[in-house]
Amino acid sequence: MAKVVLPNEVARELAGGLKEVEVEAENYRQLLKALDSRFPGMGDRLRDGVAVAIDGEIFQEPFLELIREDSEVFFLPQIEAG
Amino acid sequence: MAKRHVTTTVNGEPREFLCEVDQTLLDALRDELGLTGSKEGCGSGDCGACSVMLDGRLVCACLALAVEAEGREVETIEGMAEGERLHPLQRTFLEEAALQCGICTPGFLVAAKALLDRDLDPSETEIRYWLAGNLCRCTGYDKIVRAVQKAAAEMRAEA
Amino acid sequence: MSDSASRFKWVGTRPVRPDGLDKVTGRANFGADFTMPGMLVGRIVRSPHAHARIAGIDASAALAVPGVKAVVTAEDFPEIPDGELMVGEGPMNFRDLSCNVMARDKALYDGHAVAAVAATSRAAAEEAVDRIRVDYEVLPHVVDVLEAMEPDAPLLHETMFTEGVEPKPERPSNVASRCEFTLGDLDSGFAAADVVVEGEYVTEAVHQGYIEPHAAVASVGEDGQCTVWCSSQGQFMVRAYCAKLLGMENSQIRVTPSEIGGGFGGKTTIYVEPVALALSRKAGRPVKIVMDRDEVFRATGPTSSAHVKVRVGATRDGKITAGDAELRFQAGAFSGSHVQLGCMCGFAPYDIDNVRTVGYDVVVNRPKCAAYRAPGAPMAAFGVESALDDLAEKLGMDPLELRLANAAREGTKAAYGPKFREIGYAETVEAALSHEHYRAKLGPNQGRGVASGFWFNIGGQTSAALHINEDGTAVVVDPNPDIGGSRASMAIMAAEVLGIDYDRVRPIVPDTSSVPYSDMTGGSRVTFSVGMAVVEAGQKVIEELRNRAAKIWDVDPDGVVWENGEARPASSNVGEFEPLSLTALAESSAKTGGPISGQATINARGVGPGFGTHVCDVEVDPETGGVTVLRYTAVQDVGRAIHPSYVEGQLQGGAVQGIGWALNEEYVYSEAGTLENPGFLDYRVPVASDLPMIDTVLVEVPNPRHPYGVRGVGEVPIVPPLAAVANAIYHACGTRMNHLPASPPRLLAALDAAKLPEAAD
Repeated sequence: MAKVVLPNEVARELAGGLKEVEVEAENYRQLLKALDSRFPGMGDRLRDGVAVAIDGEIFQEPFLELIREDSEVFFLPQIEAG
Repeated sequence: MAKRHVTTTVNGEPREFLCEVDQTLLDALRDELGLTGSKEGCGSGDCGACSVMLDGRLVCACLALAVEAEGREVETIEGMAEGERLHPLQRTFLEEAALQCGICTPGFLVAAKALLDRDLDPSETEIRYWLAGNLCRCTGYDKIVRAVQKAAAEMRAEA
Repeated sequence: MSDSASRFKWVGTRPVRPDGLDKVTGRANFGADFTMPGMLVGRIVRSPHAHARIAGIDASAALAVPGVKAVVTAEDFPEIPDGELMVGEGPMNFRDLSCNVMARDKALYDGHAVAAVAATSRAAAEEAVDRIRVDYEVLPHVVDVLEAMEPDAPLLHETMFTEGVEPKPERPSNVASRCEFTLGDLDSGFAAADVVVEGEYVTEAVHQGYIEPHAAVASVGEDGQCTVWCSSQGQFMVRAYCAKLLGMENSQIRVTPSEIGGGFGGKTTIYVEPVALALSRKAGRPVKIVMDRDEVFRATGPTSSAHVKVRVGATRDGKITAGDAELRFQAGAFSGSHVQLGCMCGFAPYDIDNVRTVGYDVVVNRPKCAAYRAPGAPMAAFGVESALDDLAEKLGMDPLELRLANAAREGTKAAYGPKFREIGYAETVEAALSHEHYRAKLGPNQGRGVASGFWFNIGGQTSAALHINEDGTAVVVDPNPDIGGSRASMAIMAAEVLGIDYDRVRPIVPDTSSVPYSDMTGGSRVTFSVGMAVVEAGQKVIEELRNRAAKIWDVDPDGVVWENGEARPASSNVGEFEPLSLTALAESSAKTGGPISGQATINARGVGPGFGTHVCDVEVDPETGGVTVLRYTAVQDVGRAIHPSYVEGQLQGGAVQGIGWALNEEYVYSEAGTLENPGFLDYRVPVASDLPMIDTVLVEVPNPRHPYGVRGVGEVPIVPPLAAVANAIYHACGTRMNHLPASPPRLLAALDAAKLPEAAD
């Protein structure tokens, strides 16, 4: 099971304050789907405008990324250009 | 108001143009003569991006009126190289990576040349104070000062 | 660096940049240098009030001025519903963008555009600007971030309800959002601390200060097809944003990037471009708008002013157990300060188990802030790195040793959550510690300060193409405006991968119709991402070159290898063939299948974060409060330097911008909320005589996920200087400057205040 850390605001609004959840997924798309079925509305909320760190690497667009059995997934604000 | 007719010398060539009485030399160079190498960064003489020589004196072209060029000699960045041969400063600016975006570069080159024309052996402090009227936001000035020092050294060796 | 020298032919060398000659001869064309036949001059009418309702605009007198061809107001732009839309690289609130480009209903800051005119001459345009009558109903204003957060503060947007708080507020306010990042348990972290330091740190708004004002020429044809020539950090951004603001499709607009005279984040958005388009559409002629410097200061950029509270706890032996910060950033007139990024960056260099950072994004009556080099990070780092200096003093520890003892390393959980992969922060501290500068003697009234900084670096959508000319030379099509020498880096990487001479590669930055989409130049992504795309395009070219050689030799392509710019048989089993050079293969391309070219379109992955550590010596004049920077050394993990001179230049330029932020630069507002210093005379950026040489140390911990180890370097160098300078001032005179800039009046007042208790004795 991959460990997913939700943004504080999303955890509060959609997951009853639960910040860390475990999700069975082989890729990011499955992960998003699994989150959405468990916490309705979360899929939409996390679809755009967020960056995701998977095992320490930040992706501005994680849609195609693979998730491992022991992956850590963090949601972050998108990193803007300076 | 009727335009004024100005006869002048730019980079050694006789030139004529029509301008408004309140038009700056910078606007006349850029808009009437097509010499866009001199840049406008502020329009108030604070940034030095429009540095040109007027009768051998370093001025901000944004603070001079176009009509003041009448009968005088103007030198701009476009006249700095001799044909294909770059001025040593132009070469050392390239070699020392003394430019990043390049917008301030023409002004720095004109100003630095004015310095080396009067003193081929300026100290670092003299270079820094001479160039204090030219703003560069990219480089932190380090490589610009080094490029001027290198050009001066080369020109001294040749002199 | 010896590693680079041995393995690479071009990477790590310092050739003259391809665009250099044009820039030292005055030939290079920047935003304001472009002209079109029949072109009109556009000028913008700006609000003289900090906050005012626009009751009406009467343009009749302006339109009567001979030569005036068009006037536009917000009426000429479609009204866009509130909310964020995804375009290109991220979400953008196009209603806010539209209202910033041209005020609708209310002017929200001094300098806010309310109308624009196009005329046959500048004189006519300026007369028309004077004759446009705007009926303003002046409203109370607020420019200070803390005052704007007060419940009775003048309200900018009646529809703004703070996001990120529970329960949802019932009243609107100027606080657009609250964000919070937590790691571990803050209370137990502070419980475990023997020593706690805390402070409040204030920074003023500063402008990116690029020397080239915003400029654009726009031409709209009768068929609705538009062309824009302008200076920006991304021609695709200009196209997408203009299309949204004008209700067009991307295919209607072609944007040609000019050379860009500096950006630093300030040209990652649009101002004059859609206005020039709207004027051109109305006038039926090309329109050029070039901002004056005071317009640049009043209506573009700047970065947020900020109020930051920091509390740090540590054990007696110097292990940091807890870090807590609250950041209040003013965003200008529309939400979107970079407070979230500030929250993430402040503690990032350190391995701390318990961290909490809270951020507030607050609107005020100032120009909408824009990104500025490592957006959000310098203000957060100023707080954290100043507090760490106090902590080191309390613990009796060397401030660099304190940082080294708590340095984040590979596997450390970053303060914003995820674990770091390969990073080189500790290496920068070690390099600073062992640098001769750190041991050099100081005189009276002199002090030394250190500070570190972090930036994520980014990848993103990127394209590149590599065309082989008929004679074997090459063109690199680089989709990103080149701010600081990136074309040289692209040519180096193309030459390296192809195995040909640097001088045989020419890069160009084309218009939006000539190369696939690419995200903006910014976030320290170009050398990393475009470099990656160039290498991939180069590999495609090589594969094709091997195919061509295989055809000529009549062998299997697998039997051909590409080495040192030549096709060779992989082994003697393949056959005995003379190597085929790139030139030979290019010249025979007609026989082997036509032109040779490679293109790559990628979403660049594998960014490596960047860290820097700066050492600064200053002398304080106790009589005047003047500060002289005596010596400065910037150390940074750069991954690998493709063109070391331009990497050093990024460190030097970023450090000096940070020094300006620390010592001189600030937006000064009058009681009426108007900007009092919109020019380079009164908004004082550092000049050559203010500074010493800026020494650099390039630490190279290569990013293993880039073909040449690139990390990205441009953002990090502006992060440490604010605290490095303030810490140096503290060690020079014993006065801690918690409010920057430490300009002579402010420092003198602080010195005098520190003397008062003595005088009383």
